[in-house]
Order: sequence, then structure tokens, then C-alpha cells
Amino acid sequence: MDIKYFLSEAWIARSALFEGMLSTLEISLIAILVGSLLGVFVGLLLTYGNIYLRFLIRIYTDFLRGTPVFVLILACFYILSIIGIQLNAFQAGVFALTLFCSSHVGEIFRGALLAIPVGQTEASKSIGLTFRQTFFSVLLPQALRQILPTWVNTATEIVKASTLLSIIGVAELLLSAQQIISRNFLSLEFYFFVGFLYFLINYSIEKLGRYFERKVAIPS
Amino acid sequence: MNIGQNMSSPLLKIENLHKSFGALEVLRGVDLTVSKGEVVSLIGSSGSGKTTSLRCVNLLEDYDDGVVAIDGEQIGYQTGNGNRIRRSEKEIAAQRSMTGMVFQQFNLFPHISALDNVTLGLIKVKKLGKVEATAVAERWLERVGLIDHRNHFPSQMSGGQQQRVAIARAIAMSPKLMLFDEVTSALDPELVSEVLNVIQDLATEGMTMLLVTHEMQFAHEVSNKVVFMHEGKIVEEGPPKIIFKNPETRRLAEFLKRSKF
Repeated sequence: MDIKYFLSEAWIARSALFEGMLSTLEISLIAILVGSLLGVFVGLLLTYGNIYLRFLIRIYTDFLRGTPVFVLILACFYILSIIGIQLNAFQAGVFALTLFCSSHVGEIFRGALLAIPVGQTEASKSIGLTFRQTFFSVLLPQALRQILPTWVNTATEIVKASTLLSIIGVAELLLSAQQIISRNFLSLEFYFFVGFLYFLINYSIEKLGRYFERKVAIPS
Repeated sequence: MNIGQNMSSPLLKIENLHKSFGALEVLRGVDLTVSKGEVVSLIGSSGSGKTTSLRCVNLLEDYDDGVVAIDGEQIGYQTGNGNRIRRSEKEIAAQRSMTGMVFQQFNLFPHISALDNVTLGLIKVKKLGKVEATAVAERWLERVGLIDHRNHFPSQMSGGQQQRVAIARAIAMSPKLMLFDEVTSALDPELVSEVLNVIQDLATEGMTMLLVTHEMQFAHEVSNKVVFMHEGKIVEEGPPKIIFKNPETRRLAEFLKRSKF
């Protein structure tokens, strides 16, 4: 491996790599944030919705969780355009990852809500809190603490799944690297390099997660 | 003790209360009145319907038939066109704040401090400002002897301390009626008295209370009226002296014997 040659090639490709990295971050960030917000809502309906709503949302989560993300991305890109919803590759990809994220967060949020002792809701009722107040002041803060470790895991999965957007032509980090490799044939070096960049992103997410875990930990 | 002088106005009126869990009928026509300033203890073996009766008062359990009314206002339901209609969740939430409840398992909110546990309802339900709510909460934490623990989290306190915070949380809302559901059952024996002392204190001050308890000695000391329930019905009720010393029914006599009173 000629390090010098690789470094000079990397320097030449720096803006493409940088753009790719930004694109990966952007895709992941949108999918994780919107997906998580949606997921909280999904978990809420799965736990407290009426039977019809629960049934519908159950189909939604089971379908999304039972489908490979890859298939989901292709479906959002090709099938949505057939039914008249025109999304570009970036939008379709982000949409697919967001749905994927929402179903996973929904399920872990449901689990967390169910794990909160019923006495918490009863105590809230007994002091006259409405359901909305109970949810925001009592249930949500406890459930969020509970899901934090699993949620971090889901976030890193989304970052990794964002590589699949390269298939539909979104120039995220992996596709940028592949384009660079097709010019200079330094496949081993550049795959290692972007692999390391993905590791850095996910490592940062995990560190950040740990930091928040410590910050919101209930003293004992 | 004689604190229930004003016995004329029933604060809580329960009439013909029925409740089933599936096929199991747990309340089979309960009638009970609690006047302002009165302390009433519900005793009886487990499964007799004491706790369910108590939980119907603040609608933690829906009741199937009968009336629960506080200050003349029916809790949870209203009658329209001869039908029983469930009140809206918002109305029920408002009605629930007329009563304060203390649970067997304390049920403090684990993610916030003792002080915040008490201020939560004051701020969200009573709409007090933070300063005012804190002042009220601190006054009650002082009363239950835990002002030094105001910033402690529930996990940092003993069971007895948690239960005292739970009492402060309920009573800070200035309820008309306090409900105590076997509040010492989950406590280590040496922590029971600190909680009972707080309740005794409130009784002396004229707080209206309905207690479910297994502490017969305490029921005897604190109550104006003791109610014995068996299989979803009230079998006997009266002043503690009569109930504990001269039970009329065999069931109560047997129960007291088994309770080693």
C-alpha cells in the first residue's frame, strides 16, 4: 500500500469525500430525528390507542420491521412514483429510512411505556393530572431514559443503513468513495478510509448517548 | 378523640355501589357516608372489597352501578335522560383533585426530587406559580419532617420517608378528603410508626379521611368510625370501641380474632 499515493489521491478527492460525508450526516440526522418523533407517536398509539388504531399501527410497524431496509428504499423510490408521488432519490431514501426508524423507535418506546409501573399513572390521576399532563410530566421522561441505550443503537443502524441509498444514486459517503475508486482504483485504501469515517460517526453517537445517559441518570 | 363534631353534612356519600371484575362481583351494594372531619377505617380480610371501594371514590376503578358523591357531586358519572353518562376525562381529572390518595407502594415519581413530586400537581393542576408552589410544598415537607430531604430523589429515601413525601404530595393539593390505601403494608415494621404519626396528626387537625388498613390498633386509635367489610358488603360499622370490643356479628369476631387484636 503506497500511503503517499493514497494521501495525495485522498487530498484530490477531499471535496467529494467531504460532500459525501455531509450527505450521510444529513440523511442520518433527518431520518433519526423525524423517525424518532414519529416513533414516539407510534409507540404512544400502540400503547394507548383504541383497538382499531392499535391494529392499524401494529400492521405498520410489523410490516416495516419485517421488510429489509433495502427493499423499503427501492419501494419508496420506484413504487411511490408509480402512484404519482414524485420523490427524488435523496427524498425517497430519507423517507424510507425515516419510516424504518419510526417503526423501531415505536416498538422500543412501547416497551418502555409498558415497563413503567401502573402506579405511576394512578398516582398522576390521583393528583388530578390529565392524560396529556401525565404523559409529558411522568411517562415520557421515564420512558426516554429507559429507551436511550436502545435508541442509540437504532441511530447507529440508521447511519449504517444510509449506505444503501447509494443503490438509488444518492451521493452519500459510500457512493462518493466508489466514484473516487473508479478513477484511481485504490479500492482497499478508500474502503478502509470510509469504513473508518463511518466508525467515527457511530462512535461519536455512542459517546454522545453515554454522555446523555449519565446526565439524565436518576441519582441513587 | 372527638374531632368529628360536624357530623351533619356528609362529605362522601356512597350508595348501593356495585363493581365486578369480569364474572367476579367484588362490590355487592356498598353504602357508606363520611362526614366532614370524620376518620373512617375500612377493615376486613383481603378480597373483601375495601381497596376497590376506596379506588371507586376517585375513579381509579370505574363502578358499575350506584353512586359515589363528594359534596353532593357524583364522581365520574352524571345522569342525563335517565341514562348514566361517563363524564369527560377532563371533568374526571378535576373531580379527582378533590381527593388525595396515598398508595401502598408510595408511587412517587422516581425521576424528580421530593420537592418536585409535591409541586407537580400544584403547578399543573392548581396552576400555582413555581415560587408559590415551592412554598406550599416546603411547608408540607416540613410538616412531614422531610424538609432536609427536599432535593432527594425517591430512590435516595427509605420507604417511610417516601411514604411521607407521598402524603405531602397528596395533601398539598388541599383535598376535601384523603384516601389511604394500606399505606403501611409495604413498610419495614420499624418504619410504620413514622407514617402513622403523620396520619394521626392530620386526623387531629380535622382532615376528613377514609383509610383501608390492617393496623387494627391504629384504626382503633384514629377512627371515629370503623367499617367491617366481607365479600363485597359492609357487615358491621360503628365507633371503634363497639366494633373492636363488642362485635355483633360472628364474622367480625372471627376476623378480629385472626387479626390478633
